[in-house]
Amino acid sequence: MKHRSPKIPLIARSAGVVALTLLFLGSAGAQSNFDWKQASGTKLVVMLNKHPYADAIIKRLQEFKDLTGIEVETSETPEENYFDKLTASLASKNGTPDVFMTGTYQLWDYATAGYMEPLDSYLKDPSQTNSEYDYTDIFEGVRNGGKWDLIPGHPTGTGSQWALPLGFETNIIAYNKKYFDEKGLKPPKTFDELYTVAKQLKGWAGPGSYGVAVRGTRNWATIHPGYMTTFTNAGAKDFEIKDGKLVSDLAEPKAVEVTKKWAQLVKDAGPPAWSNYTWYQCGADFGAGKAAILFDADILGYFQNVPGGSAQAGNIAYSPPPVMKEGDPVGANEWIWQVAINKSSKSKKAAWLFVQYFTGKDHGTWAAINASVVDPPRKSVWDNKDFQAVMTKMPGYLDTFNTIIANTSVKFTPQPYFSESTTEWAATLQKIVLSGADAKSAMTELAKRITAKTSKLKLDQPQKTATTQ
Amino acid sequence: MSTTVASHPNRPTGQPPPGNTQSTEAAAYARRRRFRPYLVLAPAMVLTIGIFIPFFAAIYLSFTDYSLNSSDSSLIGFDNYVSMFQNADFWHSLWITIQYAFFCTTVEMLLGMGVALLLNEENFLSRFLRIVLIFPLMIAPVIGTLIWKLMTNPSVGILRQPMEMLGLGDFKWGASPDSAMFSLVVVDAWVYTPFVIILILAGLRSLPRSPYEAALIDGGSPWFVFKNLTLPMLAPVLLITLVFRLMLSLQEFSIIFALTEGGPGDSTMTLSLQAYNRAFPFYGLAEAIPMMLFLWALVYLVSFILIGFWRRAQQRAAGFA
Repeated sequence: MKHRSPKIPLIARSAGVVALTLLFLGSAGAQSNFDWKQASGTKLVVMLNKHPYADAIIKRLQEFKDLTGIEVETSETPEENYFDKLTASLASKNGTPDVFMTGTYQLWDYATAGYMEPLDSYLKDPSQTNSEYDYTDIFEGVRNGGKWDLIPGHPTGTGSQWALPLGFETNIIAYNKKYFDEKGLKPPKTFDELYTVAKQLKGWAGPGSYGVAVRGTRNWATIHPGYMTTFTNAGAKDFEIKDGKLVSDLAEPKAVEVTKKWAQLVKDAGPPAWSNYTWYQCGADFGAGKAAILFDADILGYFQNVPGGSAQAGNIAYSPPPVMKEGDPVGANEWIWQVAINKSSKSKKAAWLFVQYFTGKDHGTWAAINASVVDPPRKSVWDNKDFQAVMTKMPGYLDTFNTIIANTSVKFTPQPYFSESTTEWAATLQKIVLSGADAKSAMTELAKRITAKTSKLKLDQPQKTATTQ
Repeated sequence: MSTTVASHPNRPTGQPPPGNTQSTEAAAYARRRRFRPYLVLAPAMVLTIGIFIPFFAAIYLSFTDYSLNSSDSSLIGFDNYVSMFQNADFWHSLWITIQYAFFCTTVEMLLGMGVALLLNEENFLSRFLRIVLIFPLMIAPVIGTLIWKLMTNPSVGILRQPMEMLGLGDFKWGASPDSAMFSLVVVDAWVYTPFVIILILAGLRSLPRSPYEAALIDGGSPWFVFKNLTLPMLAPVLLITLVFRLMLSLQEFSIIFALTEGGPGDSTMTLSLQAYNRAFPFYGLAEAIPMMLFLWALVYLVSFILIGFWRRAQQRAAGFA
């Protein structure tokens, strides 16, 4: 009997296996070439604001761990206190947290203070960033919200990328469609229409009910949604550069006029306990059927309308924010929740994998469809048929988004005194609404106080902040 | 034979061993006695040093321009202190702080005294109320405040209907500058009056019975008994309760932050809130510290004066003054 040499079949078999393997690897997505386990075994500490975006992250921590081998410990804090806690943590420079949620405006302080790791080198490095990440899939206006050159007065979208978006918010009108249809009312297009219909709706659902829910606490968060959207739609500005100095424009006639109108809206149609109202109270009142209209973040109205989201779920529709005159271009101020890496973190590689994963297409798509993470910052998610099927259940939401997105951006002027200047702004608004302070004198006094600080900023170079009283 | 102090049966405890023959033992004993007070004090000293380290670090920072959003700082002398005294907001906050402390302490002392006198009676109702009335002490002040905030919400709060029945449907509680201070005092009184009641009730229970029996025999009226017996004998307890409440209400933060955040406007902006805002949301930690040091000095001065009154009241109550 002739014996075949055992080497030939073995070589042939081995070659076959290798060929099949290469074929398999070649046909698999490029993702399989990216080493997600390059920081396996690391433990990360992540600080999150109490928000559905954070809940979506927490729900997928196990998937992230399975993919990367990275253990993640999270903490959640309500928004009113989150940034104070975060500031103290970052200022300690002890490396904790490794990753944190932040907003666009806070970036101006944190990046200036040197607390944030610039992400440009990570994004450009193929060994650190999965080729499927697709940075340009993120809306330009939204990714620009995480980019700034640290020069006060310069717009966002210049300089380094400091943070990447989890989700963003525009500011629009959400209204009780069921009641509006019953009474033959139409959603307001102009601010005067908003005032008229909201005033008419005082007591619409019995005692304690009122026309329009807007925020009012002595906090920066009172300024940025409906008020700032109206402010900029009226053509007013917060700052301008005069003689090389950053000066407040809050005493200008347009700013004073729109503030007077806003104050009147609050007095005649706003929540009775307006100065105690945060995002949570506004959303709760709208969802409970106490407020007929909500002029706040689009996603706040969205959360009340998901099945089981509130008593009024299924009765809510959406429309663009009001303009001052019909025909004016309509846009909105934008808020972006982002994730960033602590410059003092001792686990930056792992931190970047976390940021990359939770701002990537896979998580973004899943979160938008399954975890109420709207508005998703990626175009591909908006084009996703399953996501569109979810959104068509929200009457007017998609149309409103498409109407305003081109003119939606961060309307504030970036400067490191943002928190202080907008908190003082909110306090002034409270005085005008509740104490009967004259709008012109109050805004003039406010502008003087703000300018006293911002005029000392050097506008030709990245700023290192020094405080003065 | 044991050479310990306790082993000598004829020598009282604490006495040194006698004679030159035991001079080494005596020296060792004397050393142990010298160091004993320090050993007893050691845990308290460790705690005190632990408190002093951040305290002195804060004093140092107050002479710099350190801020939470700046990467470096430098010494600037007394600039932060000068700026503070020149700032109208500081004087406004000081005035609000004094108002808050005065109103809260007055209401709680009067209410606490009245309730304690009633609870001093022995009946079923007073025994029951003694337990129920301390419930607010079991809740963290900030939680109690949030409960009140919800109850007083004019849209959804449970107090809306009773207020409407009283013709006060428009009452805005903490959401109006006209009623914000009143609302804070109500919440503070709800939280802390039980503490006052407990201290005063304990004081009442410790008073001697014989003066009251004598007064009863002599036919003294209740007001006479209260004014000439109860008040003078209870004065030390009242003063120490006043010290506690005044010190704490001057520094109060959580109730004000939870209910109004110092607003509306600046109508409830106490020094604690002003310093907090300056330090954290506005990043100016070095600017905030002088305010807290001033508050600390104020609290110390007030308690120093009241403790002086307390000592004299103690002496009078014991019959030495």
